[in-house]
Amino acid sequence: MSAAPVIELRGITKVFGRAAATVHALKGVDLSIASGEFVSIMGPSGSGKSTLMNITGLLDQPTAGHYLFGGAEVGDLSRDERALLRRHFLGFVFQGYNLLPRTSALENVELPLIYQGRPAAERHEAAMAALTRVGLAGRESHRPSELSGGQQQRVAIARAIVARPDVLLADEPTGNLDTARSREIMDLLQELNETEGLTIVMVTHDPKMAACSRRIVTVVDGLISDDATVGEAA
Amino acid sequence: MRFLLETARLAVRSILRNVLRSALTVLGIVIGVAAVIGMVGIGQGTTAEVTGQVSDLGSDLLVVHPGSIMTGGQLAPLFDEADFLAIVDQINGIEAEPLVARSGSAVFGGESTATTIEGADNGAIDILGYDLAQGRVFAETEMRSGAPVCVIGSTVREELFGVGNPIGETIRVRQLACEVVGLLVSKGATLGQDDDNVVFLPVRTMQRRVAGSRDIDAILVTVNDPQRMGRVETEIEALMRERRGIGPLEEDDFDVADMAEVASMVSDITGILTGLLAALAAISLLVGGIGIMNIMLVSVTERTREIGIRLAVGATGGQVLLQFLVEAVFLSAIGGAVGILLGLGLAWLVTGLLSVTFIVDPVIIAVAFLFAAFVGVLFGYFPARRAARLDPIEALRHQ
Repeated sequence: MSAAPVIELRGITKVFGRAAATVHALKGVDLSIASGEFVSIMGPSGSGKSTLMNITGLLDQPTAGHYLFGGAEVGDLSRDERALLRRHFLGFVFQGYNLLPRTSALENVELPLIYQGRPAAERHEAAMAALTRVGLAGRESHRPSELSGGQQQRVAIARAIVARPDVLLADEPTGNLDTARSREIMDLLQELNETEGLTIVMVTHDPKMAACSRRIVTVVDGLISDDATVGEAA
Repeated sequence: MRFLLETARLAVRSILRNVLRSALTVLGIVIGVAAVIGMVGIGQGTTAEVTGQVSDLGSDLLVVHPGSIMTGGQLAPLFDEADFLAIVDQINGIEAEPLVARSGSAVFGGESTATTIEGADNGAIDILGYDLAQGRVFAETEMRSGAPVCVIGSTVREELFGVGNPIGETIRVRQLACEVVGLLVSKGATLGQDDDNVVFLPVRTMQRRVAGSRDIDAILVTVNDPQRMGRVETEIEALMRERRGIGPLEEDDFDVADMAEVASMVSDITGILTGLLAALAAISLLVGGIGIMNIMLVSVTERTREIGIRLAVGATGGQVLLQFLVEAVFLSAIGGAVGILLGLGLAWLVTGLLSVTFIVDPVIIAVAFLFAAFVGVLFGYFPARRAARLDPIEALRHQ
């Protein structure tokens, strides 16, 4: 854990709405995540953990504060600049899978590479490798509607890792799955973290899932209330 | 470049995914473009036809005939031989030929056909642009004596003789039995009227034995010096007013038509009609464009989540904009292409019915196609921009 932080948030605040209707979602968050970490973000609904996730994932901009990604200030980047960073350095996994409907698993996985402008042959190869990595070799031509929930989430994970990102952001990745499927997804994430050193930041409200990570950050009312390393015994 | 290719592929796919909807969406464009192409094609064909016809007749021709089309109430009296002779005697630098026309049937053996019977001497037949294919024209003595001889058009020949030789045969024209001395080269049809369905008799034969009067339906006047066209026209008008006893305040009950004038009038009218229809077509294109905008807006809403996914994996606003814009342009371009084919088909059909030349103008086609594509850009931009400006977080949450 001596690696330089890939994500460093300093005094991040986020205010929604205007005038009397303002909501302070984040009230000054400091968080540093080193390369190769597997961090869970927990907290009750409305605590601001999703907002924190969106800002960390460069989907949203903080109202104030500094966000250093790989050492560079990214808190004030434009929409398109953030899109380029997401394209090259971040992968996303969502609770609802968010695969393109009526599109094969292979093409779903290829999507980030299309925006990177990679040639078709290279895309196919990388997407096949990613699908194999998540245990879906042979399912590449299936459409999302022909896959189970667990399989769809695997496709989503393959899509998230296909471009070899620095950080994988997972928002309630097991929220729609039963216990057994959830377990499998967590095993896969753990394996990616351990064998490939992929940095993972995961939002969850399920302590059992959080326990699979190596560090749990708890957000309450827009502030980090607890930041603990998961013990070997936990 | 590679991304553009992917975008094009995506657009095609998205259009094919909902074929019926795509087809209905582009219907407005199809109709608009088809109308433009069809109308312009028909207009150009007609104009070319009329112009060609006039150059056949020659721009040195004046046609004098009683009673303009506008003359309401009773019919203006016809000309008679004295009128014709007056023109020949009193107007200088011209040659004149009388024309008497009736409709009737021509019969040979068991075959019969409805045709136009024209009393016209050799000069008039020549002025009208007919050439002899077989046999001979009228002899001077036949014209003077009103002999029962005739020269027939190729349609009459086909109807009565098939492929057989008509020369020397005797046919019955109305009540008159007359000998076929000549066959004319086919002229084709003008504006739906078959110019080959005609039987020519010498004027005198026509007057005495068919019409039963000395009336003349029209006088063809050839002006020797084309520079004097206008002057001759005025002189004829003055002469005829005098002869027909028309007071200074009364309108002419006859008409002196300059063929070049007729041609420019016809092409003016077709020009105006073409312009009007093109304007209507432009409105149709506008409506078609709005249809595309409407469907693209629906599509953006339907695909909000897809847009969110694309933005999340790193699509820029510009790339999303391009995706939807290309789709709109493809839709309208497909509409344009179908419209062009349909319009050409329409023009082909109508020009065929009117027996007018079918002209394909590549410039008009290119303009129509580009305009259709432009409609796609214009009306696709707003929905595409809306897609590009979506907030990725909101879009991903969209159900």
